Amino acid sequence: MYRIIRKTILNPTVTQMEIEAPLVANKALPGQFIILRVNEEGERIPLTVAGVDKTRGTVKIIFQIVGATTELLNHKNEGEYIQDFVGPLGVPTHTEGIKKVCIVGGGVGCAIAMPVAQAFHEQGAEVTGIIGFRNKDLLILEDEFRACSDRLVVMTDDGSYGRHGNVTVPLKEMLEAGETFDLIVAIGPLIMMKFVTLTAKPFGVPVTVSMNPIMIDGTGMCGGCRLTLVKDGRRVTKFACVDGPDFNGCEVDFDEAMSRSRMYFDYERHAHEQTCNLLRGADA
Amino acid sequence: MALNPKKHEMPTRAPEVRARCFGEVALGYPAEIAREEAKRCLNCKNRPCVSGCPVNVNIPDFIMKIKAGDFEGAYQVISETSSLPAVCGRVCPQETQCESKCTMGIKFEPVGIGRLERFAADWHNANATEKAVAPESNGHRVAVVGSGPSGLTCAGDLAKKGYRVSVFEALHTAGGVLVYGIPEFRLPKAIVAKEVETLKDLGVDIETNVVIGKTLTIDELFDMGYEAVFIGSGAGLPNFMNIPGESLKGVYSANEFLTRSNLMKAYLENPATPIQKGGRVAVVGGGNVAMDAARTALRLGAEHVYIVYRRSMDELPARREEVEHAMEEGIDFRLLNNPVEILGYLNPADPRDPKNGFVTGMRCIRMELGEPDAKGRRRPVPIEDSEFTLDVDTVIMAIGTSPNPLIKDTTEGLEVNSHGGIIVREDGLTSRENVYAGGDAVTGAATVISAMGAGKVAAKAIDEALSAR
Repeated sequence: MYRIIRKTILNPTVTQMEIEAPLVANKALPGQFIILRVNEEGERIPLTVAGVDKTRGTVKIIFQIVGATTELLNHKNEGEYIQDFVGPLGVPTHTEGIKKVCIVGGGVGCAIAMPVAQAFHEQGAEVTGIIGFRNKDLLILEDEFRACSDRLVVMTDDGSYGRHGNVTVPLKEMLEAGETFDLIVAIGPLIMMKFVTLTAKPFGVPVTVSMNPIMIDGTGMCGGCRLTLVKDGRRVTKFACVDGPDFNGCEVDFDEAMSRSRMYFDYERHAHEQTCNLLRGADA
Repeated sequence: MALNPKKHEMPTRAPEVRARCFGEVALGYPAEIAREEAKRCLNCKNRPCVSGCPVNVNIPDFIMKIKAGDFEGAYQVISETSSLPAVCGRVCPQETQCESKCTMGIKFEPVGIGRLERFAADWHNANATEKAVAPESNGHRVAVVGSGPSGLTCAGDLAKKGYRVSVFEALHTAGGVLVYGIPEFRLPKAIVAKEVETLKDLGVDIETNVVIGKTLTIDELFDMGYEAVFIGSGAGLPNFMNIPGESLKGVYSANEFLTRSNLMKAYLENPATPIQKGGRVAVVGGGNVAMDAARTALRLGAEHVYIVYRRSMDELPARREEVEHAMEEGIDFRLLNNPVEILGYLNPADPRDPKNGFVTGMRCIRMELGEPDAKGRRRPVPIEDSEFTLDVDTVIMAIGTSPNPLIKDTTEGLEVNSHGGIIVREDGLTSRENVYAGGDAVTGAATVISAMGAGKVAAKAIDEALSAR
């Protein structure tokens, strides 16, 4: 059982928690993730490590409430416990040798991008941040991003805050203006990562994306998280949990990944509704 | 006295009933039948059955106890050498082990050794009141990686000798394949939980949610004060065929399908973890895992389940009883067939059609057996122009698993062979001092009992090495 030390509501759909898990806190590096279960009959879900506090032995996770399990997780409070918490899983983000990086975060993907941006900043790289949200109510981590970026652009799809438009717009402008990034890191919904990659491709800048497929064990034993990379025309299967979650965006078959992520769509929607009803009934 | 030429029949749930539920298939002997079956044992002098057992259970001794009505005594005999008796009685392929050597088996059916072992273990679990007691600690600490059959056995044997053992398990429940791989109707999870509880009573400490190689490395275990490490991390990496369409929705590795059903309890009504239920299913492969996947799919409501295997029935490696039960349940065996491509739905007019990307069929080719390969097994060869399409919406790949490279990648100096199996001496010692290994992590996917045998061998070697200090 793993205790929730702190809980912070970042916006109506995004919550931050600090979980007591000293072994994980001791080891986790930016880019890695954990898998948790809220209760004994629950499903296993992956969440990226948003930060660690080694002295207190806590791991920070930031999650969007999108389904049954995140709904149950959000219902838990400080001082309460969750059933299982395992990690750190996956390969840490590669930051060596990068002097100039552009971090593109979409929605709650910014929470995942945050530790990566911090890592690059700490090693002295020049960090350009582009973060985008649907609207200003969904904005998160703006101050934290500003603290580790040399330059930050904030976008909203509806123009209610920052610039109007999606994250590929300022990226394209910068690339067209001759900006020379060593690397672009894109983290967010699959469709966003696909389009950031397509935007950067003609300019020949390497793009790293953080894939988020459905996972069960997270240690490489089931292949449920598999995705396809296209390398020199050959299709190669990789497991996101052990080979990733970072991959070369230009190689990823995003359409297949998007299709696979919808495998249990109807089931998930039903489960989410059921859980909401259950919680509402319990609270009443 | 005329000896019964056949084994006493094992009460079994009727095929039509059991094909739709997850209750245990084999129901176990009642006590009177167990005693009658025990009488079939000749208690012959050379006891060939014992040598047929990978952990050398004292078979004639426990059978004689059953015959005399001393069922607890029979259990005690078995547990001297086996730490998971209720498990082995259910899943061992006795027909290739102890029973294959039985003297009665020369002229008649062998003694039902497996059924008797199960009986004794079940009787003990139902009737014994005393908990196992942890012996006094000898001050030495050993770490075990993995809580599957080899790890649990190694831990149990060492704990009985007074070692303080910690077992580190990557998943959230202990048991390894016993909980994620073997289905409820073959091995009830309550039984595995009971065996794990017994180990805890013996003083074994089980830490779940720790991935050795990620959360902690083997080197860190030594830093923490463990004096020896046993690696029982299994062979959990699933093999895929790498044919077109393998990433379509509805294609599962057997590991994923079984883990969802068994470990995550997707077989229940309204589970938290989904699994594709019903429909028409093709399971590719012929081993025990394939049988488990096929019979699970059936119980999840499939209207038709195929086993697609490229060789013939003679070569099919699954345990005979599983194959018989599967056939009784109506599983359709398509032998000498091999998949070449998995087909999926694509609506060119509507990229948002929710049916896009789901499996609609599997293209197969007929095979014939050609020349034997280096191991003497006849090689399956495709018959030209014999392709056909199997109408299915779920495909489960049960074509084998390999050792997960995580431990090898994070433990310097640990040598592995070309299949990824850790290289060990006869006593289980690896290329690293004080690091031992056994089970599927060494041999590749094999059986529960051979993993247990390896756990025993390593426990003995660790005990000798640490006692010498």
